[in-house]
Amino acid sequence: MSTTEESIQAPAHAAPTTKGGAVGYYIDDRLASASFTKRLVDKVFPDHWSFMLGEVALYSFIILLLSGTYLTLFFNPSMTEVIYNGSYVPLKGVKMSEAYSSTLAISFDVRGGLLMRQIHHWAALFFTAAVSVHLLRVFFTGAFRKPREINWVIGTLLLVLALLEGFSGYSLPDDLLSGTGLRIAQGIMQAIPLVGTYVAMFLFGGEFPGTDIMPRLYSIHILLIPGILLALITVHLIMVFYQKHTQFPGPGRTESNVVGFRLFPIYMAKAGGFFFVVFGITVLIAALVTINPVWLYGPYTPSQVTAGSQPDWYIGWLDGAVRLMPNLESNWFGYTFSWNILVPALVIPGIMFTALGLYPWIEAWATGDKREHHLLDRPRNAPTRTALGVMSLSFYMILVISGGNDIIASAFNLSINQITWGFRFLLFIIPPLAFVLTKRICLGLQRRDNDKLLHGYETGRILRLPSGEFIEIHEPIGEAEKAKLLAKADVVPMELPSAVDENGVRNPKAAKSIARAKLSQWFYSDVIPTPTDEEMRAAAEHAAHELHEAEAHMKQISNH
Amino acid sequence: MNELEHPTGDPYGAKDGKDLISGITVFPMEPHVPRKADIDPKAAIRAERQVATMFGLSSLMIILFIVAYIQVPADLLITIPVIGTLNANHLAIGFTFGMAILLIGLGAIHWAKKLMPDEEVIQERHALTSTNEERAAVQSSLQRGAAESGFKERKIIRRSLLGALALFPVPLIVLLRDLGPLPGTRLRETIWDEGIHLVTDATYKKIKASDIPLGGLINAVPENLLEIEHEEHNLNQRGKASIIIVRMDPADIVSQQGEAWDYQGVLAFSKICTHLGCPTSLYQQRTHHLLCPCHQSTFDLSDSGNVVFGPAARRMPQLAITVDAEGYLVAQSGFNEPVGPSFWERG
Repeated sequence: MSTTEESIQAPAHAAPTTKGGAVGYYIDDRLASASFTKRLVDKVFPDHWSFMLGEVALYSFIILLLSGTYLTLFFNPSMTEVIYNGSYVPLKGVKMSEAYSSTLAISFDVRGGLLMRQIHHWAALFFTAAVSVHLLRVFFTGAFRKPREINWVIGTLLLVLALLEGFSGYSLPDDLLSGTGLRIAQGIMQAIPLVGTYVAMFLFGGEFPGTDIMPRLYSIHILLIPGILLALITVHLIMVFYQKHTQFPGPGRTESNVVGFRLFPIYMAKAGGFFFVVFGITVLIAALVTINPVWLYGPYTPSQVTAGSQPDWYIGWLDGAVRLMPNLESNWFGYTFSWNILVPALVIPGIMFTALGLYPWIEAWATGDKREHHLLDRPRNAPTRTALGVMSLSFYMILVISGGNDIIASAFNLSINQITWGFRFLLFIIPPLAFVLTKRICLGLQRRDNDKLLHGYETGRILRLPSGEFIEIHEPIGEAEKAKLLAKADVVPMELPSAVDENGVRNPKAAKSIARAKLSQWFYSDVIPTPTDEEMRAAAEHAAHELHEAEAHMKQISNH
Repeated sequence: MNELEHPTGDPYGAKDGKDLISGITVFPMEPHVPRKADIDPKAAIRAERQVATMFGLSSLMIILFIVAYIQVPADLLITIPVIGTLNANHLAIGFTFGMAILLIGLGAIHWAKKLMPDEEVIQERHALTSTNEERAAVQSSLQRGAAESGFKERKIIRRSLLGALALFPVPLIVLLRDLGPLPGTRLRETIWDEGIHLVTDATYKKIKASDIPLGGLINAVPENLLEIEHEEHNLNQRGKASIIIVRMDPADIVSQQGEAWDYQGVLAFSKICTHLGCPTSLYQQRTHHLLCPCHQSTFDLSDSGNVVFGPAARRMPQLAITVDAEGYLVAQSGFNEPVGPSFWERG
């Protein structure tokens, strides 16, 4: 742009040739959006079923916003006591809060209201499940590595918010089951040192249950948390878009490209269609399978409870932790330290979420890996990470199962005490076992991959040699398979630095780097190198030779 | 199909068959295998019809939805094997609506898979880091801005601004003060007091000791509860004052929290679990154990309500009771210790 005149003058445009073009020109005249739109339309996404897990989470969230908005049209989050006079006969004349009676009205007096409630509840379960499984996919494939660490942290925050959002919604109908959950949450708050009693008093507007909690939870549930969720999801997606999606190794896939299909039209149709599939399945399940039948539980009162009360699945692990914790409590200087509540409900989740959020940096520090990664790891090729993941998952699963210890006890006619004690031990026994086992399995699978690369796959054709020996014919694997198996970048553990310098003087700073190198060696211990090109060539020659001999032998047989 | 020529001259950005960044071996993409619909016009037409059928059925489902919404009575129940009894209107509108949505999705995916191109495309990644020049440029811009503002040199402005910004959230926190009352002593007190009758929870009837069978359990509340709830318009007192009354053979009583707090083997305990406040509800006559259904804390009512199992750390507070002149159960006094879950200041 040489002169000012030129720079402010819009370039001369040709007239649009189509109606769609006219719309595009109109927008472009105001936003100069042509090049961005082109990039958007041509954007390539890789294809893999596991990339749809995040999509399920996103679509469930949209379904939650839609169904939730509908529910707000009828729900009344008030704890004012009313006498029920709706069409659900068994509760006629019963005293209850307006929150509960409006939930009953949605379920029985609004056509489609029950359907919307069920869609909302099912979608919440799918949302939390999809978020969790999506997290596992990202973890086990190493998609969180540089440059995607920030998005991993956003994802961790989304998980925490999803759990809070789920719990706050679960509490709103003010039925007996949800009120019991709220009572437990209030008890946990009260146990927080120093401020707990005040936090509980302020949130509930006094003692439990009070009359303020429902309207307050309501604004948290329909405004505060969804607002933050929506903002974070937007950032999450923009980052996926900007950094481009990771891809699994395969033919033509490298660290510097993306191989897949364009957004328009393929993903417009596939991902757009998948939204309708998720939505449709949610609606069908909501229509067919009744969930959270609040009318059966009755209105909340702090003096009643149902046996076998269970939270929604995503809170189960917390409930399980609270159930397993031994009854430790200390009274020091006139203050109460409720370890039996603090440890399972605050300390353990705090450690778990912190470790989860920081994991990309922990692993990068341990491995010394500072490179960018756009090709995903196959879980077996990162045995220590995979083992850590399965270890954590087994810990989590034991907590979830412990959350149903009473159900297990009554279903199998066992003593609740024995079950609880059993889980207390298993919580410390299973995870290390899971670690060792997973790592061994991963290494075994790597060896198998190397075998396939060197000796080909087993064809199942058995041949008996004149010597009487039986051999199975192996054939080389295909190129696509080879590309997948060879995409294992070899790793080098950090060298152990010397604790003394060249003059034999002890280096006080060495301790940290020694620790780090040891961690790195542990992380990469038992590394199994991929076959080198020479080994592959030698093996291929050998295989060709063997095949040739076998074929010659076969010919002999058929000639006879 | 490569969009850009890569600097290395290799379509995948590899050099000597190795990925430039990770060093892994790069294999060429496999040749595209055409689908049936790509080569056989009949197959393409069949796929087209399948997609259109799904979209058409979706529209039909919406019409059925409207019919169901209007025609299927909202109070009709139907029973379906395996699934159970459901409201017919709910089921009909849910099924038609769900199918309508699902069919749009299936149609779109089928269309993409059968008729849209399935040849993979390669796109280059762009660098996710800036050049040294760009970094230097932004650094100098930031330094220029900082210098122009004088933020560094003008200490008095900087410090007073930081002070003001640190204080600015204070009102936002202070304004939360009226969210609720200060704890005070409210967590230590219940409405139980000397001479208050024990009445049944649901029917508010006074209870005669002789009406309780051996091994029996009654949920009870103080007689003044209804009146107070009417005044306070909340369930707070119920959340603290609810009790259970059990009767056991006096010989079975190992210990109590106070001397003669029972009346001829009739004992009263708080119903609110000392762990996290759930109402305890499961009582085993034989062992005199009271179990909380939420986290399975178990209390031995024949032995001062002590914890015998589970995460609760505190015994279940006992209410000292006796009878009035007519033989109705009354409290000797209020609880001697706070009921319900622990809290920081409880001590």
